Amino acid sequence: MYRYDEFDHQFVSERTAQFRDQANRRMSGELTEDEFRPLRLMNGLYLQLHAYMLRVAIPYGTLSGKQMRQLAYIADKYDRGYGHFTTRQNIQYNWIKLEETADILQALADVEMHAIQTSGNCIRNVTTDHWAGAAADELLDPRPIGELIRQWSSLHPEFSFLPRKFKFAITGAPHDRAAVKVHDIGLRAHKNDKGETGWEVMVGGGQGRTPMIAVTVREFLPEKEVIPYMEAIMRVYNLFGRRDNKYKARIKILMHELGAEKFKAEVEAEYARHPVQTTEVEQRELTRIEKYFAQPSFEKMSRFAPHFENAKRENVDFTRWAKNNLATHQVDGYTIVNISLKPEGGIPGDASGEQMRVMATLAERYSFDEMRVSHAQNIVLPHVKLEDTFAIWQVLKANDLAAANYGLIGDIIACPGLDYCALATARSIPIAQAISRKFADVKKQEEYGPVKLNISGCINACGHHHVGHIGILGLDKKGEEFYQITLGGSSSENASIGTILGPGFAAHEVPDAIETILNTYVKLREPGEEFLGAYRRLGPKPFKEALYATA
Amino acid sequence: MPLLKNNQFVNDEWTRVADADALPEGAKIIVNSARLIQDWDLLAKYTGLLGVSIANNERAEILTPYLSQLSLIVLNFPAYTDGRAYSQAKDLRLDGYRGELRAEGNLLLDQFQFMHQVGFDSFAVNERFALQQWQAASKQMSLAYQRGLFRISGEREVWSQRHQGFAPWEEQPHAG
Ligand code: HEM
Ligand code: SF4
Repeated sequence: MYRYDEFDHQFVSERTAQFRDQANRRMSGELTEDEFRPLRLMNGLYLQLHAYMLRVAIPYGTLSGKQMRQLAYIADKYDRGYGHFTTRQNIQYNWIKLEETADILQALADVEMHAIQTSGNCIRNVTTDHWAGAAADELLDPRPIGELIRQWSSLHPEFSFLPRKFKFAITGAPHDRAAVKVHDIGLRAHKNDKGETGWEVMVGGGQGRTPMIAVTVREFLPEKEVIPYMEAIMRVYNLFGRRDNKYKARIKILMHELGAEKFKAEVEAEYARHPVQTTEVEQRELTRIEKYFAQPSFEKMSRFAPHFENAKRENVDFTRWAKNNLATHQVDGYTIVNISLKPEGGIPGDASGEQMRVMATLAERYSFDEMRVSHAQNIVLPHVKLEDTFAIWQVLKANDLAAANYGLIGDIIACPGLDYCALATARSIPIAQAISRKFADVKKQEEYGPVKLNISGCINACGHHHVGHIGILGLDKKGEEFYQITLGGSSSENASIGTILGPGFAAHEVPDAIETILNTYVKLREPGEEFLGAYRRLGPKPFKEALYATA
Repeated sequence: MPLLKNNQFVNDEWTRVADADALPEGAKIIVNSARLIQDWDLLAKYTGLLGVSIANNERAEILTPYLSQLSLIVLNFPAYTDGRAYSQAKDLRLDGYRGELRAEGNLLLDQFQFMHQVGFDSFAVNERFALQQWQAASKQMSLAYQRGLFRISGEREVWSQRHQGFAPWEEQPHAG
């Protein structure tokens, strides 16, 4: 894991002091709310429906036990005893007081964390594959370049007042778990025949009200050119991105209005106009960072894990959890544990302070002191011995963390919606809870196979509804909430935007509608065919017929 | 409107000359980019010092042919949230412009250091803030991760510090 050195420490503590001063100036009235807004936003502080909301950066989703404990402490001391893990691998606290914010930032700085650039029109927290460094299909760990980009983008003087927010996502594996094609910039690792690393640069993806799939502007950018090339892209965007309409201000719109060819030409021209002298320092910095992400000292073990096999024979619930929530690790005898934060009827992504401490202890004891936050709002223990999984599961079970629904219909992504969010047009949490209850039986969930169900409480799409295999968008019609359903979205390497099926549904009709869709799939699927594959083969028609015939 | 330079208030010796106005002899004048380009034959022989102001939706490249004869370039922040002039400034400095680079518009304390870092060295500020506030604002952070920034004294470049032995990237002096 990355550790701060003296410079990083100093940087964050100066920044914390600066924010304390800004907050004091706001409280004394020296700063107007209008002037304070962009400053607090640069530090992750939003004003929401009921209180301030603080969003804490978890760079590339990686956390140590100590950091998780501090998040728990903040939840207990400054919030109402819980925190909300988000699709951007961050955590949000929904009940924050302005007077306490600087103290919270100090508590974060104490464990090498911060809230810098978790909002505002700047480069946001960099996200990566949540299985980075562990996944069996990985080419290389995307986190070192993520850390390099995190540092480079921190308080970047040129790019802190962009037309709109800017999000990077990075994957080091061919199977994309980081949704890189729906980010402003997505990077994907490739190796050439000389074994050198290069990055495919994808630009202009996004969700929100105009969802778009990113365009590849470079197939293979040599690693040493990443920082200067990103500067060129950012400069073109900063200069030419639209500022007249905030709904058209993302880089995807610039890409769309210029056209991919013209956009590429602008970037290449900017890049050629100011060639950098050398990137030797950047390369050394990357090498320095890579050392922090060296593989932990795995034991040499056989693939066969007798205790694990025994436990499975003896306990059906454990077997079910192991089947759904474990993923293949790079190293024999190890596995990736996915802790679902989606208990039956729960709020997706919420964890209590106590649960955070339990997970911290498990990570310290069994996973080389490491955890990840996934963009599906779950927590990952990336490096666990198969032999330890039964013990882990027992602890999880005792703490309401053992939902066996990872990747299934119960593993719902949902944004905060109207329960917390000032922009919402409808609630999303209660819909998620209702669906979760409807499909409480994991056996039934397994019959449906892998399905991603994503819910957003408004067109901004924080809940990724456009790229859910099933997407639900909450809208408002004359004071009544109603929900539009889309099918066929995906955020993987074969990314696609979902198609709207037809008229929306009232909140109480949604769970049944979802069941109708899933039953239609079960009826029409070919052997072994997953939901998304079946939808892509069949198209929306049979689903539409089933839904609206009964309605 | 006070002019801030080297962290002190100074007199602004520059005069803006509107499009139709005659050029005062031997003065320090600011014209807009359209006039600069249109009247270049005349302006190239101007007896005083020449400055230009460009809007933040103009490309900095339009000034490339004239850079060596310009003593002042004025860039505009119509709103502090509109960050285009940061990139225009960076572009001009990367293009080799060494003259005075002035920021005007909606300038606030909290962006002041960023402006220094991309190469601005004079600031047409409003009366709202006292000199000490500007001075303090110019050094809120003592280090930056990015290389190739313009730094006021004492500010450190993290990556170059970590990897000693490499000259900081394109370190350039301010025009003063
Ligand atoms: C509760 C306060 C929140 C507010 C006010 C808010 C605001 C917004 C807005 C306005 C957009 C649209 C941006 C655009 O299209 O230009 C957006 C997009 C997005 N937000 Fe949020 N959001 C909030 C919470 C969250 C949460 C909790 C998450 C993570 C679970 C999140 C993750 C995202 C993502 C992934 C997108 C879509 C990708 C994109 O286009 O950037 N947001 N948000
Ligand atoms: S999708 Fe809309 S309702 Fe949900 S968090 Fe984002 S802005 Fe709020």
